[in-house]
Amino acid sequence: MTKIPDAEVLLPRLAAELKARVTPATAMIGLHTGGAWLAERLHPLLGLKEPLGLMDIAFYRDDYAKEGLKHDPKRTKIPFEVEGREILLVDDVLYTGRTVRAAMNELFDYGRPKSIALVILADRGGRQLPIAAQYCGAQVEVPEGMRLRLKRAANGKLALELERAA
Amino acid sequence: MKILIKGGRIVDPASGRDEIGDVFVSDGKISATKEKTDRTIDAKGLVVAPGLIDLSARLREPGYEYKATLESEMDAAVAGGVTSLACPPDTDPPLDEPGLVDMLRRRAKALARARVYPIGALTVKLAGERLTEMAELAEAGCVAFSQANAPLADTQVLWRAMQYAATFGFPVWLRAEDQCLARGGVAHDGEVATRLGLAGIPAFAETIALGSLLQLVRATGSRLHVCRLSTALAVEMIRAAKKEGLPVSCDVGIHHVHLSEMDLGYYDSHCRLEPPLRSQRDREALAAGLADGTIDCAVSDHTPVDEDQKQMPFAEAEPGASGLELLLPLVLKWGAARKLPLAKSLARVTSDPARILGVQSGRIEPGAPADLVLFDPGQHWRVVPEALKSQGRNTPFLGYELAGRVRVTLVAGSVVYEA
Amino acid sequence: MPRSFPHNPQLNANGELQHLLSIEGLPREILMQILDTAESFAGVTEREVKKVPLLRGKSVFNLFFEASTRTRTTFEIAAKRLSADVINLNVAVSSQSKGESLLDTVANLSAMQADVFVVRHGSSGAPYLIARHVKPHEHVINAGDGRHAHPTQGLLDLYTIRHYKKDFARLTVAIVGDVLHSRVARSLIHGLTTLGAPEVRVIGPQTLLPARVETLGVRVFHDMCAGLKDCDVVVMLRLQNERMNGALLPSAQEFFKHYGLTADKLALAKPDAIVMHPGPMNRGVEIDSSVADGPHSVILPQVTFGIAVRMAVMSIVAGN
Repeated sequence: MTKIPDAEVLLPRLAAELKARVTPATAMIGLHTGGAWLAERLHPLLGLKEPLGLMDIAFYRDDYAKEGLKHDPKRTKIPFEVEGREILLVDDVLYTGRTVRAAMNELFDYGRPKSIALVILADRGGRQLPIAAQYCGAQVEVPEGMRLRLKRAANGKLALELERAA
Repeated sequence: MKILIKGGRIVDPASGRDEIGDVFVSDGKISATKEKTDRTIDAKGLVVAPGLIDLSARLREPGYEYKATLESEMDAAVAGGVTSLACPPDTDPPLDEPGLVDMLRRRAKALARARVYPIGALTVKLAGERLTEMAELAEAGCVAFSQANAPLADTQVLWRAMQYAATFGFPVWLRAEDQCLARGGVAHDGEVATRLGLAGIPAFAETIALGSLLQLVRATGSRLHVCRLSTALAVEMIRAAKKEGLPVSCDVGIHHVHLSEMDLGYYDSHCRLEPPLRSQRDREALAAGLADGTIDCAVSDHTPVDEDQKQMPFAEAEPGASGLELLLPLVLKWGAARKLPLAKSLARVTSDPARILGVQSGRIEPGAPADLVLFDPGQHWRVVPEALKSQGRNTPFLGYELAGRVRVTLVAGSVVYEA
Repeated sequence: MPRSFPHNPQLNANGELQHLLSIEGLPREILMQILDTAESFAGVTEREVKKVPLLRGKSVFNLFFEASTRTRTTFEIAAKRLSADVINLNVAVSSQSKGESLLDTVANLSAMQADVFVVRHGSSGAPYLIARHVKPHEHVINAGDGRHAHPTQGLLDLYTIRHYKKDFARLTVAIVGDVLHSRVARSLIHGLTTLGAPEVRVIGPQTLLPARVETLGVRVFHDMCAGLKDCDVVVMLRLQNERMNGALLPSAQEFFKHYGLTADKLALAKPDAIVMHPGPMNRGVEIDSSVADGPHSVILPQVTFGIAVRMAVMSIVAGN
């Protein structure tokens, strides 16, 4: 029986870990949708100078030929210069690594960062690319045919949930 | 050859006869007496009717042999149960010379299929300026004079032409369309043309011209046959003209009785026709006018067009539809929809056009020419290119299933087609 | 005789957009998808690297049978920003007897591995004919056919209106000028009625309004002052010189007097009304310079939005 960790417990632990590493050059970017929710909670806890950036990787996915353009791409808004920054790239679940690959490609079209560190709430393994998280909330084993998703309740409370894969 | 057609449902619109019986054919005519027969055709389950008389079918000869030939189109005619047809003068060159008419008649006669009645050009080269030698053309075999779809804008020339034709008693067959109002148009000027962004031909392009034609009939006494009605108002005008006693008759293309502007769909160029398919209201008036006899007959207006000329943007596609083999099933369909007895619906393609042409065919009566069609009214068939003998496969009804299949066609007492 | 309409040629079996031929016939959801996607692309055009790799390796053929530098250029820019390869073909309109047929031209290009055909043609319906004959993986985008449709222009007009006015449900929009010959007008009318604009008006002399135009869902005005009253959006259409030759209008001067947009006439619309024009403008014929360059005019932003909208259309169809 897989135990799903409590997102609300993982979050402050991640924040504490990150706060110790913040420098004047640090800036945060959250990946739509789950990563954006997570980043919106982490950002104020870290006392960063630059406002939060949000990114949608719709135009950089590697499965366009097969799947086409997914509905409702959100707009990528990065309200700071990427050049020379230490970027904290935030996403909810790390799985194959393809999302992060796309995010890095997109990020480099904005400019050349000094470094990128990946911040993940849950790592479910199953990597298909050589991608690793520098900051990780928890490792989670996901049964076959299931999917791990971050959900946000009406009151803003975050929770990790298993659901049947599409 | 003596032929007995046994046990069919004899439908003779001229007399109103509709009963099971036998028809005897001898020496090219319908015979009264039963004689020793050379051949018996079992007509059980089939309708035995006069062969269809189509007042407008283009054979594409001379001049347009790449579109179709006399052979293929005559094959198509008899396969469709059409035993007599009138062909418009818009060949290349147009039928404005007795020699051309003569050649056409000889060729048709030699093929020994349907009877061909050429319509002569009213003006030289159909250009609308000089009169043709109508008397010479009549002697060569022309039964009437027409401009086909070519405009005759000079109303003075039109007046003179009708006077001259009236002098000899020659009928004049004309489409009612004001050339200027129709200029540039490719579809009915209405809701569909507006949505599809097509240049429109307003309904009054027909009715304004028809008004002029009727006035000229009054003035000249010319016998006028109005070709290819397309508007509701035109039907009313003809009704009034007939009531007045004017020597006027008219026909409608069978497509216009079934289809309207809505059938253009996504620019189906098979629906690019002259005159254009108009509104539902117009279509309904045409279907009703054909039923009550205001419109004397239905024609196929058979116009073979090769597929290249149809696979073009709508406005650039060549107008016209192939129809010889669809005339019968489409007339049956129209008759059934209006709940008409079979004799009444068939009248519009047999006895009525016979009356307009002034020929003896078109009826089943001893002494009449043995031009007959035997068909199965209930047999459904799919309109696919392979099922058509005509070289023109351009029909809006491609893919449709229609009821009414010809089994045997006889012309002058000989079997010219057998399924 | 009932005739079953063929399956909507713009949508594939899953109801996704495979060709963009006309705004008419597209469900509201697809229009919104295009507008929302264009929104995302607007951000791309503002940053340093103006490209995304979405259509990398794909070929976009601009097949323009009617000359147009403006539209062709924006399609080219849009395709390049998607990292596609662009080939421009200016095919002179050939007469019936000489030259390749439309379908032969398309077949030849097809043999060269095209992915997207952007087609502009003088005959209404030409893109439909092409769409019936392309291979399953090829997509057709209508860049204007005769007087029928100019869907990407209609979409960028909708995008512009949404950008400034937010909610279609409260708008009164007036389209002024030569509606009869305007594919831009037809596309915009279909878009506005689909997205729920409660009042769409057409304003023009009888000679420049098509038969039964009210069946498109518009209110007809011949008096421009009455028609402009309380409008939120005023769209001016281009008047071409040929109209004077076709006995449709006596002169540009008389047209400007009664149907040209001046500051006085614009004052009849709402105080925050926006003025649009598909371009190119005839200053002093349909629009006064003071209005074209004035604070209500959004004519230049329309052009910018046009690139994002075309990027959105291309990326949506090419992926389906």
